Amino acid sequence: MSQVVEAPVRRPEPSIEDERLEDRPWVVIVWNDPINLMSYVTLVLQQLFGYSRAKATRLMLQVHNEGKAVVSSGTQEKAELDVSRLHAHGLWATMQQD
Amino acid sequence: MRRGIRRRRDGSYRVELPAEERDVLAALPSQLREALDAGEPTLYRLFPPAHADDDEANEEYGRLVGPGLVEGKLLALSELERTAHATRLAEDELGAWLGALESLRLVLGTQLDITEETYGGFDEGHPEAPRLALYHWLSWLQEEVVQALSGAVDQGGTVG
Repeated sequence: MSQVVEAPVRRPEPSIEDERLEDRPWVVIVWNDPINLMSYVTLVLQQLFGYSRAKATRLMLQVHNEGKAVVSSGTQEKAELDVSRLHAHGLWATMQQD
Repeated sequence: MRRGIRRRRDGSYRVELPAEERDVLAALPSQLREALDAGEPTLYRLFPPAHADDDEANEEYGRLVGPGLVEGKLLALSELERTAHATRLAEDELGAWLGALESLRLVLGTQLDITEETYGGFDEGHPEAPRLALYHWLSWLQEEVVQALSGAVDQGGTVG
């Protein structure tokens, strides 16, 4: 499987003092599991999020090698929707505030 | 006979499988439906928690999203049942195969306590050898479906 390295996305560090808890973005995490096929995880990430094959493959490998990867982020509502779509496709996904 | 699934030029899919394998595909959905009705504990893998450590939020998530998840998985299973003997599938029908195979592998894999090492093969004398063989066959078939559908996605065909 080809690996294409993309530039890392820089997220601004959260400013702890003045940011209210509910304003912090939510992230959706996919966890590694021994059953899902690597190719299947890549396909689902492409289908659900419109990611390129290269980006979906990079995220899948991160899940496989590091045990988890952040696959999307945004409001609580968006994270809930994304988690439910991932669950509909059998992936082990959870959401949490960044 | 060549076995496998290939995308055709018209965007449909050719499915080449022996009749006895199709019989297995047609029979598996009702088994999983029965397990769903019975609420077997190994089914937890089909309905993971949305939050790592918030039971209250998980309960609410299950109330809101659970019925839709069950409905979607049941729909995919009945589509597989209906089309198990078809030699030509439309893209949404093959998508249903993908979803049904996913549910079947998740439940069977959980029951068999599959690990990453399981893919190295297993001893024929293993007490679970028949079900391990079934699991590996389902994995092969799902990989065939993924490869067939991946071509369409890369061309910008399916975004679901």
